Amino acid sequence: MLNHWPWRAGVTFGLTRGLTKLLLCAMAWVVLGLSPAWAQALVAVPALTARVMDQTGTLAAADVTALEQQLKTFEQQRGTQMVVLLVPSTAPEDITDFTQRLGDAWKIGRREVGDGVLLVVALNDRRVRIAPAKALEGAVPDLAAQRIIDQVITPAFRRGDVAGGLREGVTHLQARIKGEALPLPETGAQGAKTSGGNEVDWLNLAVLLLVALPAVAGVLRRVLGQRLGAVGSGGVVGVVVWGMTGLLWLGGIAALLGLMSALFMQALPSAAVRRSQGSGRGRGADFPGWGGGGRGGSGGWGGSGGGGFSSGGGGDFGGGGASGRW
Amino acid sequence: MNRFANRARAGLAAATVALSLTGCGYNDFQRLDEQTQSAWSEVLNQYQRRADLVPNIVATVKGEANFEQETLTQVIEARAKATSFQITPEVLTNPQALQQFQAMQGQLSSALSRLMVVSEQYPNLKANQGFADLRVQLEGTENRITVARNRYIAAVKDYNVLARSFPSNLTAQVFGYAPKANFTVANEAAISAPPKVDFGK
Repeated sequence: MLNHWPWRAGVTFGLTRGLTKLLLCAMAWVVLGLSPAWAQALVAVPALTARVMDQTGTLAAADVTALEQQLKTFEQQRGTQMVVLLVPSTAPEDITDFTQRLGDAWKIGRREVGDGVLLVVALNDRRVRIAPAKALEGAVPDLAAQRIIDQVITPAFRRGDVAGGLREGVTHLQARIKGEALPLPETGAQGAKTSGGNEVDWLNLAVLLLVALPAVAGVLRRVLGQRLGAVGSGGVVGVVVWGMTGLLWLGGIAALLGLMSALFMQALPSAAVRRSQGSGRGRGADFPGWGGGGRGGSGGWGGSGGGGFSSGGGGDFGGGGASGRW
Repeated sequence: MNRFANRARAGLAAATVALSLTGCGYNDFQRLDEQTQSAWSEVLNQYQRRADLVPNIVATVKGEANFEQETLTQVIEARAKATSFQITPEVLTNPQALQQFQAMQGQLSSALSRLMVVSEQYPNLKANQGFADLRVQLEGTENRITVARNRYIAAVKDYNVLARSFPSNLTAQVFGYAPKANFTVANEAAISAPPKVDFGK
């Protein structure tokens, strides 16, 4: 059909037609690109704000507070983090996969122990799942989780007593975890330490600043000249420190220090400069102040976990646990 | 002339320092290689856990008189094949070997799920607490296998991206870090397809 258009008249017409086709094609791509997103609109992982999160509005406020208190007390005494989540439905996913995603996202459990437990209820699906992190797979093996679900939680759920079922289920889980020889939390300290996202590798940083920086600065000064070299080495230091630590402010401080020290170095020419210029100046102690300068900036971070509940970040959920229905 | 030589030397030094700073991804290869190895170990670990569970299941099912022999035999054979498969380090770099490994484990998966479906027809078996417990353990193990496989897939993805992208692919060539085989999509589909339940029977 396309080939039957008259050659002459088809020039402009064909152009618009081509454009239309292109547009249609682009639209098709857009639709195709979007369709998987429609097809698998998974339930989003909610933000971890509390130990008990009820998205269904089933639990009374008093029940939520009581359960939260029960979990909080246990975390203070034993250190284990437990989170209860009620959602209307996990469709199109299985509750197992949904819980796995929660575990991967939240990683509840102390950082160095990794003891976390998830108790997830999909109310309209009539499904419940207990998922211990790997550190607790010994304390709560699949069979124990299944028994707690079958004999404690779902009977209460069948009676319509969601709060009671959760309370009893949590009590049984805690009893099992108490029997496990896990390290206890330090008294007074919060159960979960601040989950510092990025640890700074101080040793690498110190080596970099003490060894590599003088070399880079010297080279840059040779190549770019005195002023520009100082600015350049300051910039290089800043960028490298930023890249290594992921902290912009630390990079900025390092850049400033780099600039200053490179300028300072001009007063104490390096060996290479001395050799080529033949002027014997007094040798300066090369860079003793460097590591200290970088370290001095470290006082500022941490302490971001004020107020509510935050994950210890150590829980590794490997798919253990059991699901049940009622 | 001398000045030019000095500059050249300085430039060379700068390049060397820059290269040694970024490390050409060498350390990343160490890290990701180790990560894929441990993810793979976890996969094997969980498959082994399942293989260890099968004799218990078979023993329990055998206690049931006139249990469908064909299903039982298939499970036993599939397990024997899966456990006799020699897992060498080459499995990771050889796609064919990995595919073979997958196929064997896939056979065991489907044989087991058929056994579980068939067992529904035996009321005694359904009422047997020991068998119910084994079911729970099998389900938990299958979940763990899924998680372990997913983590292995993710680890290999990271590794392969590094091994193929510039400039780290040069490092990979020099030190012999070949891209690793991953669980293939075609087989993935076959395994992830739900087992067929024949209501006609």
